[in-house]
Amino acid sequence: MEPFETVEVKTDVLILGGGMSACGAAVEAAYWAKKEGLKVTLVDKAALDRSGAVAMGLSAINQYVGLKDSENTIQDYVDYVRNDLMGITREDLVANIARHVDSSVHLFEKWGLPIWKDDDGKYVHEGRWQLMINGESYKPIVAEAAKNALGMENIYERVFITGPLMEDNVCKGAVGFSVRENKFYVFKAKAVLVAMGGAVGIFKPRSSGEGAGRAWYPPFNSAASAYFTIKAGAEMTCQEVRFIPVRFKDAYGPVGAWFLLFKSRATNAHDENYMETRATDLKKYGQYGEVKPVPANLRNYLMMRDIEDGKGPIFMRTEEAISAIADLYQDDPKAFKKKIRSLENEAWEDFLDMTISQALLWAATNIEPDKSKSEIAAAEPYFIGSHSGASGAWVSGPEDLAPEEYFWGYTNMTTVNGLFAAGDASGASSHKFSSGSHAEGRIAAKAACRYALDHKGQTEYCNDGEIEKQKENVFKPLQVFEAAQHLSTDPEINPGYILPNMFQMRLQKMMDEYAGGVSSQFKTSKPGLEKCLELLTFLIEDSDKLGARNSHELMRCWENRHRMYQAIAHVRSLMFRDETRWPGYYVRTDAPEISLDKWHCFVNATLDPQTNEWSMKAVPIKSMNV
Amino acid sequence: MPSYVNPEKCDGCKAQDKTACQYICPNNLMVLDKDKMKAYNQEPNQCWECQCCVKICPSQAIDIRGYADFVPMGASVVPLRSTDSIMWTVKFRNGSIKRFKFPIRTTPEGKAEPLGGFKAALEIDNQLLCTEPESIGMDELWTTGK
Repeated sequence: MEPFETVEVKTDVLILGGGMSACGAAVEAAYWAKKEGLKVTLVDKAALDRSGAVAMGLSAINQYVGLKDSENTIQDYVDYVRNDLMGITREDLVANIARHVDSSVHLFEKWGLPIWKDDDGKYVHEGRWQLMINGESYKPIVAEAAKNALGMENIYERVFITGPLMEDNVCKGAVGFSVRENKFYVFKAKAVLVAMGGAVGIFKPRSSGEGAGRAWYPPFNSAASAYFTIKAGAEMTCQEVRFIPVRFKDAYGPVGAWFLLFKSRATNAHDENYMETRATDLKKYGQYGEVKPVPANLRNYLMMRDIEDGKGPIFMRTEEAISAIADLYQDDPKAFKKKIRSLENEAWEDFLDMTISQALLWAATNIEPDKSKSEIAAAEPYFIGSHSGASGAWVSGPEDLAPEEYFWGYTNMTTVNGLFAAGDASGASSHKFSSGSHAEGRIAAKAACRYALDHKGQTEYCNDGEIEKQKENVFKPLQVFEAAQHLSTDPEINPGYILPNMFQMRLQKMMDEYAGGVSSQFKTSKPGLEKCLELLTFLIEDSDKLGARNSHELMRCWENRHRMYQAIAHVRSLMFRDETRWPGYYVRTDAPEISLDKWHCFVNATLDPQTNEWSMKAVPIKSMNV
Repeated sequence: MPSYVNPEKCDGCKAQDKTACQYICPNNLMVLDKDKMKAYNQEPNQCWECQCCVKICPSQAIDIRGYADFVPMGASVVPLRSTDSIMWTVKFRNGSIKRFKFPIRTTPEGKAEPLGGFKAALEIDNQLLCTEPESIGMDELWTTGK
């Protein structure tokens, strides 16, 4: 093994991640840091221009409240999110993001993001909260502002963060390694902001071989946030919430424009709209069965029941939707032709901006949306604090909105001092999407700057022995490989180590089969979860045998160790409540029903870093201050 | 295969300060074979087909071949990205072709001003972010009033 130089970086505010939240955090922290004399450092495992979930681009901004034109109120947004999560949400966090999100959207426009406008100069909405954009360069534009704010000298690209530096429930930094150079990094900070995204690749994907990378959320979102906060000893929330998006089948192209903008229906193989034929199924969910829009998980559930009954495939009726819109122009052939052309443009741009594979799949199967319908399906489960997911760290609310139980001094600080979380890393504040994640990154960054100022005198991390131990641990997979390679003529098959790709497949298989993945029709049970935990225990032991041939595989080893911890938190949270929470995300076959009088609570999970024991608790739901 | 590299077009970015595809890939997949001076995708089953490498390649040497486990062969979707717009050529399996052009930004590259020209906030001890309240378009930040 070649020697690895240790590089120490001292800073005040350390931003971990490079996506929308981290870029928002960079802009905000840079401003306050300059004003208050602080240093800010950002670490990204990729290149800032194209890192994170918006790397490919987006065709819409999904959270815009429109306060300046009185389009909606903050309370409207809070009601929408609370209903979508069937009552289980942190109103204080959701309201806080909602009151700042327009600010981020207006900045995007100033920076150069093309947002569609109508003839009166107003934003074109896809739906009530969604704006249409030409978003191919959404991420490079947002990254450019972050770079201009921080300066490249404060940004470390291609450095993979493995875990936290902790001292007495205070997070004092992070360690990691360069995936391009033989360097071990030690970042020492007063405040650390985790914004390393959600988790993909924990459940077996629907596709196999090459297609395994075509997840709806990016395959490089590998549970780094969850691992970092769990290992720091932070309380985690909503770890039982996995997000299962329904998307165009296999390539996972977006459906939002079709449902919201083009008003398309989805029907089964017998032309039935499951939202109508199964409407009575919603009655058992009380008020949540009556709200509009119907909660995302319940929409999933109705569709899944059609599939179970053998009524699939399910189709998006694109041909119907386009012809219904075009019909309005029937009497004017010129306008009709123009409208068809503009609809075609909009439909293809929707894919080309954010899911190019879907355009390729349509072209490869000769699908033209105005002529033929197109199949949709439920994706494998993901873990994100955004969209209709909710998993993440349990963070403090803002002083003016949070009930006292949810406030501990600094907005978006986890239960670990000096450790902040935003975007997919913070939980129970769903529906923040790209814009809300940017806004939340800014919120957390300002609070982190204030924390760093208040703790200017704090002693820096100085346990050199522990740092050496961490360094050894970080590079262990390289050593494991080197020590065992003589045991086999084929590096892929060796009794002395497990390579990261097979380690990931092992994790995915157990999660898929026992914790309710695609192949088990999203169904699980207590005995199944107990079996899963047993298999996870072997996996944890075998993670010491992860082997890597190079720095790329070393990164994969760590990504999959991170995923393993997200999986454990998920399985333990599924086991904690003997009920089905969010049918359509999963069904506990041994407890298939929801009893609405019992179900309103957060499930919070904490790993004790000293004892390695998990503790679980139900936390009451409180409204925001009024 | 997700992304693949045409050996006739790839010159390893030898005239550039860095190998463009290797620099940009969000999943660390593109690498330069320094002996051949050609790039390749080192782990095709982790490719998201985001086309970041395709868009950035100065030699237009990279293309996408749809995931072999579910995409029938013969189609292609090729971008050509400039500083303010992107052109797409979509070739169907049946041979028909569609072309699209979309804007990608409204300002000159590199010039994004972090505060967007909005008036800067002054107090670190309140809830206002650095461009607020002006950037929200309101006189003050919404609160329930505690």
